[in-house]
Amino acid sequence: MNQEKAELLRFTTAGSVDDGKSTLIGRLLFDAKAIFEDQLEAIRLTSERRGGDEVDLSLLTDGLKAEREQGITIDVAYRYFSTPKRKFIIADTPGHIQYTRNMVTGASTANVALVLVDARHGVIEQTKRHAFLASLLQIPHLVVCINKMDLVDYKEDVYNNIKAEFEKFSFKLDVKDVHFIPISALKGDNIVDRSQNMPWFEGSTLLYYLENVHIGSDHNFIDARFPIQQVIRPNTDEFHDYRGYAGRVAGGIWKKGDLVTLLPSGFQSKIAKIDSMDGELEEAYPPLSVTLLLEDDLDLSRGEMIVRENNQPNVEQDIELMICWFSEKPMQLNGKYTLFHTTREARCVIKEIRYKLNINTLHRDQEDLKIGMNDIGRISIRTTKPLFFDSYRKNRITGSVILIDEGTNATVAAGMII
Amino acid sequence: MEQFNYRLDYLRELESESIFIIREVAAQFENPVILFSGGKDSILVTHLARKAFYPAKIPFPLLHIDTGHNFEETLTYRDEMVTRLGVRLKIASVQELIDTGELVEENGFNATRNYLQTPVLLKAIEDGKYDVALGGARRDEEKARAKERFFSHRDEFGQWDPKNQRPELWNLFNGKKRPGEHFRVFPISNWTELDVWMYLAVEKIPLPSLYFSHTRSVFERDGMLLANHPSILRRENEVPFDEIIRFRTIGDITCTGAVRSPATSLDDIIEEVATSRTTERGGRADDKRAETAMEDRKKQGYF
Repeated sequence: MNQEKAELLRFTTAGSVDDGKSTLIGRLLFDAKAIFEDQLEAIRLTSERRGGDEVDLSLLTDGLKAEREQGITIDVAYRYFSTPKRKFIIADTPGHIQYTRNMVTGASTANVALVLVDARHGVIEQTKRHAFLASLLQIPHLVVCINKMDLVDYKEDVYNNIKAEFEKFSFKLDVKDVHFIPISALKGDNIVDRSQNMPWFEGSTLLYYLENVHIGSDHNFIDARFPIQQVIRPNTDEFHDYRGYAGRVAGGIWKKGDLVTLLPSGFQSKIAKIDSMDGELEEAYPPLSVTLLLEDDLDLSRGEMIVRENNQPNVEQDIELMICWFSEKPMQLNGKYTLFHTTREARCVIKEIRYKLNINTLHRDQEDLKIGMNDIGRISIRTTKPLFFDSYRKNRITGSVILIDEGTNATVAAGMII
Repeated sequence: MEQFNYRLDYLRELESESIFIIREVAAQFENPVILFSGGKDSILVTHLARKAFYPAKIPFPLLHIDTGHNFEETLTYRDEMVTRLGVRLKIASVQELIDTGELVEENGFNATRNYLQTPVLLKAIEDGKYDVALGGARRDEEKARAKERFFSHRDEFGQWDPKNQRPELWNLFNGKKRPGEHFRVFPISNWTELDVWMYLAVEKIPLPSLYFSHTRSVFERDGMLLANHPSILRRENEVPFDEIIRFRTIGDITCTGAVRSPATSLDDIIEEVATSRTTERGGRADDKRAETAMEDRKKQGYF
């Protein structure tokens, strides 16, 4: 077994019970031998108690009592399986419009989004919504699984029509890499094994795709960004003058000797050492957690950023965002919120709501500007101190923020910097 | 293919994620504590905490919720590790609260102190004024845990409200709270049982001997092998016998099932776990009480 050399791939699935999402996940877990006998036994008993004939694989993903009682998924559930090639983390999210916030949460860290389409119904509003959210959150790869092909006699023209219909919509979106796969999650067609029923399809199976899609470029290796998370000062005799800046590389490739600029001060220094408990590192790159030591004795702290002189992020207090609202209490124009961006905390005021986006039609509504739960809109804010940011398109880490209600401390919004 | 060199294997990526979370805890909270049970998951969290702050020492103490029903080997390991790492150890004792009458113990054959851990933990958190407790729970362990956050908010009664959890996006973790509230943070949420074993092997981390195959006096109950030990009352027909076993999880003696196993090394264990057809919690009596046993306990403040 050579598993420890395998890569990690995070993907998100969105859909309702009807389009076979749970069956698809159940199939992947089952075929990858990630379902255990005692789990299978437990859901078999529950299926029986409810009077079902077959084992209901969706019970595997419905974790909470309230969910099982109501037969719905209300939260993001994380699932794990691995093959000799990769380890997979599935963020399984419900597909209804009232759960947009869960989809956004699951999508924020995903490399791949699976969008399910029922072959009998074609592209529906929910399909468009999922594809739009995948593009809004800049998931690098999108796979459209045209499911239940067994119910349309595995016909090629059904697949082609849905593909054309989807492309008619998706060309308006900002998605780089779209794949289409005709499948039957129930019968196992094109999930792990190539379907005998669709010889006309020459693409890869879903698992083959997930195992082989190139995710090496999903991080930004160009623009060097190191948000300081913590200052490490051991105060022991052995490490008397040690002052290390701990953090997780948000962009770029870092080497000893690199000339760096510090924000906000603008001072310059050189990297003296990239440190870790396992010894000095030659290089650091995303998403490694490391400790940087500088040649000069400077007093930096959490929330500051180490960058390169000839490649600096924006340093601004007036910021334009796309926002997804999470709270039952609507966004307050001129309201003040706490803001988290990388390791930096600030306060902000909502200066302007430019439009609200209808996520089914992509229509920009400039009349009704009330941003409530699960709404998406474009706003401008002003922060109490400058942020060091890139556009979300350029870097998902240095381009994202969350807003926090100052009364309840709840996370009320996710924002993507334009 | 320059970028080929800049890919992390998945164990390093999980390690980096966990270190990031642990450093966030140090940055966002005043008074953290690591929940230490002596099991492999809390050993892993402690190891990752060392990495997060190296070359400084781990800046928070370990807290052991001691049910009084421990395997000797667990305590030996704990004390040896605490000395080796130079960390502080706090012990919150279930026995003490039983002695003072604040807790009442279950009686009978299936009696366990597992449920008494929750009030003892909550009291220890209150007494120590800890505003966050780091734990080794993983999402692959159990279906209620699959929906747990990295930063899990608890109200002033220590309760978990699964329907009102804070969304967690990107690398941004919201640890804001009101006085009296606290957080549970789970840095190894995304690790599976197999990941943990592989990483422990790669890092050559010493482990309690209980995890490796040994001969022990056990008896069988409801298809589980339990240790023959004074803290478990045996029925007359439950005759103890010697068996070659190991423990797949380590908890309170009364509810930790043993598995028949010849695995004497980490490589053997990895092989065994990789081909196993039951989950590790399949041997835990505490999860078998009801379908939602874990969810119910978590809501009350269990880890």
